[in-house]
Amino acid sequence: MKKWIIPWMGALLLCPSWLWACTGNCGDQWAVLTPRGTIAGQEKTLILTALGLMLLVVVPVILMTFLFAWKYRASNPRADYDPDWDHSPLIEWVVWTIPTLIVAVLGYLVWTSSHTLSPYRPIASSQPQFEVQVVAMDWKWLFIYPEWHIATVNRLVIPAGVPIHFSLTSDAVMSSFFIPQLGGQIYAMAGMKTHLHLIADRPGVFQGYNTQFSGQGFSGMTFETVATSGEAFRQWVHQVETGGQVLDRATFAILEKPSINEAPRLYSLALPDLFDSILSKDTTLRTMTSHSPAPMTAIED
Amino acid sequence: MEELIFGRLTLREIPYDNPIIMATLGGSTMLLLCIAFLIWYHGKWSYLWKEWFTSVDHKRIGIMYVVLALVMLLRGFADALLMRTQQALAEGSAQGYLPPDHYNQIFSAHGTIMIIFVAMPFFIGLMNIIVPLQIGARDVAYPFLNSVSFWLTASSAALVMLSLGLGNFSHAGWSGYPPLSEKYYSPGPGVDYWIWGLQLGGVGTLMTGINFFVTILRLRAPGMTLMKMPIFSWTILVTNVLIMLAFPVLTVVLALLALDRYTGMHFFTNHGGGNLMMFTNLFWIWGHPEVYIVILPAFGIYSEVAATFSKKRLFGYTSMVYASVAIATLSFMVWLHHFFTMGAGANVNAFFGIATMVIAIPTGVKIFNWLFTFYRGRIEFTTPVLWTLGFIVTFCIGGMTGVLLAVPGADFELHNSEFLIAHFHNMLIPGALFGYFAGYAYWFPKVFGFKLDETWGKRAFWLWIVGFYLAFMPLYALGFMGMPRRLIHYDNSHWQPYLVVALSGTLIIFGGILCQILQLTLSIRNRARLRDETGDPWDGRTLEWSTPSPPPAYNFARIPQIHTRDAFHSMKKQARRTEEVDYEAILLPRSSSLGPIMGGLTFVLGFSLVWYLWWSAILALAGLIGCVIARSWDEHTEEELSAQEVRAIETALRHPGASVSFAEKSPPIQNLTFERSPLP
Repeated sequence: MKKWIIPWMGALLLCPSWLWACTGNCGDQWAVLTPRGTIAGQEKTLILTALGLMLLVVVPVILMTFLFAWKYRASNPRADYDPDWDHSPLIEWVVWTIPTLIVAVLGYLVWTSSHTLSPYRPIASSQPQFEVQVVAMDWKWLFIYPEWHIATVNRLVIPAGVPIHFSLTSDAVMSSFFIPQLGGQIYAMAGMKTHLHLIADRPGVFQGYNTQFSGQGFSGMTFETVATSGEAFRQWVHQVETGGQVLDRATFAILEKPSINEAPRLYSLALPDLFDSILSKDTTLRTMTSHSPAPMTAIED
Repeated sequence: MEELIFGRLTLREIPYDNPIIMATLGGSTMLLLCIAFLIWYHGKWSYLWKEWFTSVDHKRIGIMYVVLALVMLLRGFADALLMRTQQALAEGSAQGYLPPDHYNQIFSAHGTIMIIFVAMPFFIGLMNIIVPLQIGARDVAYPFLNSVSFWLTASSAALVMLSLGLGNFSHAGWSGYPPLSEKYYSPGPGVDYWIWGLQLGGVGTLMTGINFFVTILRLRAPGMTLMKMPIFSWTILVTNVLIMLAFPVLTVVLALLALDRYTGMHFFTNHGGGNLMMFTNLFWIWGHPEVYIVILPAFGIYSEVAATFSKKRLFGYTSMVYASVAIATLSFMVWLHHFFTMGAGANVNAFFGIATMVIAIPTGVKIFNWLFTFYRGRIEFTTPVLWTLGFIVTFCIGGMTGVLLAVPGADFELHNSEFLIAHFHNMLIPGALFGYFAGYAYWFPKVFGFKLDETWGKRAFWLWIVGFYLAFMPLYALGFMGMPRRLIHYDNSHWQPYLVVALSGTLIIFGGILCQILQLTLSIRNRARLRDETGDPWDGRTLEWSTPSPPPAYNFARIPQIHTRDAFHSMKKQARRTEEVDYEAILLPRSSSLGPIMGGLTFVLGFSLVWYLWWSAILALAGLIGCVIARSWDEHTEEELSAQEVRAIETALRHPGASVSFAEKSPPIQNLTFERSPLP
């Protein structure tokens, strides 16, 4: 009998390498566990709280499994044997009640956190909201700064300590916008506008991804998010404005063609209503249909 | 003109330029030809056709389902191995060895095949074999329909396999979200293979659902009230209700996508009023119950195994039944948790999050009930018990991460990441596949009359479980590192070690699969030593163990009268198993070649639709309708076995030494002993 316990223990010890990571002292590569913004921080706390609550049941169950399997093995004649025992009101009450209680606590947690962490909820701050418009394209991210008349590809620069409001849509298929260290994730869908509110507490560089598979160039659809001080941000904007590249109709038509592993690009913006025109795009050129497109209203806009 | 005859089919559609595909294709073609030649050499084609392909016997159809599932498991696993290798290699400047176009097809095919052509046929096979035996029936309610269902499933599996060598498979993921799966973004035949593979197989599954729903409600032995029914049959009843409610949604959503692709409609397109989220919602209204469709039967198997090998009654039978029904009901109320990140409001997300967690309550109750079935038992650590214990421990971890993903605020950080991949494999591999493996080992002696080799079975278990932890626990870690799913390449050296460990786990699982192949081979070779003459090798508790192994075509010479829950257990206790009875004539359903013919026509239909061969699509459809009409005119669908014939068979089965000379002449009785019906 002993021979089957050792491999079990071995397998179990190997498994929760991530539990070790939860204990804290881990590097930035553990993006979800090393939040750099208020929202991501709350999401991490939520993850660990929920995990802890569930471990209250899961650990005893796993231990009971080993204990019962060991104690009531057929080769152990000293253990009780009760072949017709199949019902116990007390146990049945307990096994229905314990999971119900845990789920009740978790349910309360879900209800409150769903509201406080709703991506659509503006972040309370003394600073005014900073606007960024995000367009998922095949296969790159276009970031438009409507108040600053600039735009970037595959590079997001934001002021630190300022709540950011992202408005998102897609110029092609569905994508999902995700910066794990700042907090997660919302879909970008053509003809629809979604919203996300994030904040970076301090300056830093954070990796961003598309997590929704979108075709050939999906894996290269990553971007760096650079959070800077307000002063450095204004200098950067000035650089971009004077950098020479202009995003106009002709440039956008080229940009719109599918491309893979795009290097970051910076533009000054000559199309002030670019985001809205993508949102309500006239797609008649793309298909044979003669219908005029009917833009969807955003979900709970 | 050429387009009228050949549609969009050209010789260029064969992927000559991809050495991996061409080698696979060459190898599998050679293998198929060898098998076909061997069957011909031994003169077994007509035997296969008469006794298996055209059979409407639920046990034979069940065996064919399981064989289909095992073959497709090899294909799906090969895909997994390719993906894991690619991800272990492709860091930084290394690009791996797969081109994106091929990699994207591989993960799409892996998901589709594992769910639709492994999990589904595996449990449908087991339920085909066992449910009629367990409820004391002579066959299912509609034996011919059962054969058609199987052949529809088999032909759609063949269609998906064909996409490897002709054209390509979908590269839009197994869930095929538009607009990526729309014609504008995926003009090739890949998505069409996916649509018709799922659609035609889905029709077969729906018919199976109806068949077993009616079978369980109408054909139970006298005295077997619903609350005296074995727990496996209960979970199957609930599963088939889910099939009947969920699969029509899949049929509709695939039909709408097909209308978009074939006729230029705008249900899910980016423009013209289409909305991709309509697809996503509908897909998961099928997709979430589908998870429970494949898991509930495994729950039933675990219950049977736990009770039998603890030598004890199942603890909390009533709770188990209510828990199954609760899980099934709730499974229709949680679909939105697959896309909390759609941007629905907080109230909507919170509702679906809480509804999802509520499912954890009945599931938790089930876990506790299995534990208390072991409590005060006499547990024999056979292979099925090992699968069950491995399941309980592993499933607890998967359940925990599942509840975590059900918290919308947590899901925003973990959605679409490798964490999600780890979670659902952690549910489906222990939750479904381990259960089927347990059922396979548990019921194998019932089906073939000899046990599977235990040593190799246990080795397979240990390799599977260790491989599982090594393959999937690192993916949880990668989720916390923010790694998105389905990447073909990444620039992050921190991720690579975890992906290499995951690959090593996959290789260990491969060792487990090899052990299982070896186990089957050795067991067949040593069948004389492993033979079970009693029909009841495990001291079973339910009715299927009261029949000889393998059971005769009619299952029960006399339908038993049921008084208690563990019917066979109490029969044995009261020594109620009478040998001398008055036999009666039995009506048996006749074999029909229409099943495989309709399967072939379905294949032609699917193939023609993929390649725009309208003329042959119309012909195949007309042929299918013709088959249905022909069948409805056939009045000789049953044949009678006289009381004397039944007596002769029973005598031969109960006393294996006795002469079977009578059986030699009469076709339906011919293959009752193992010597005459070897493993396929």
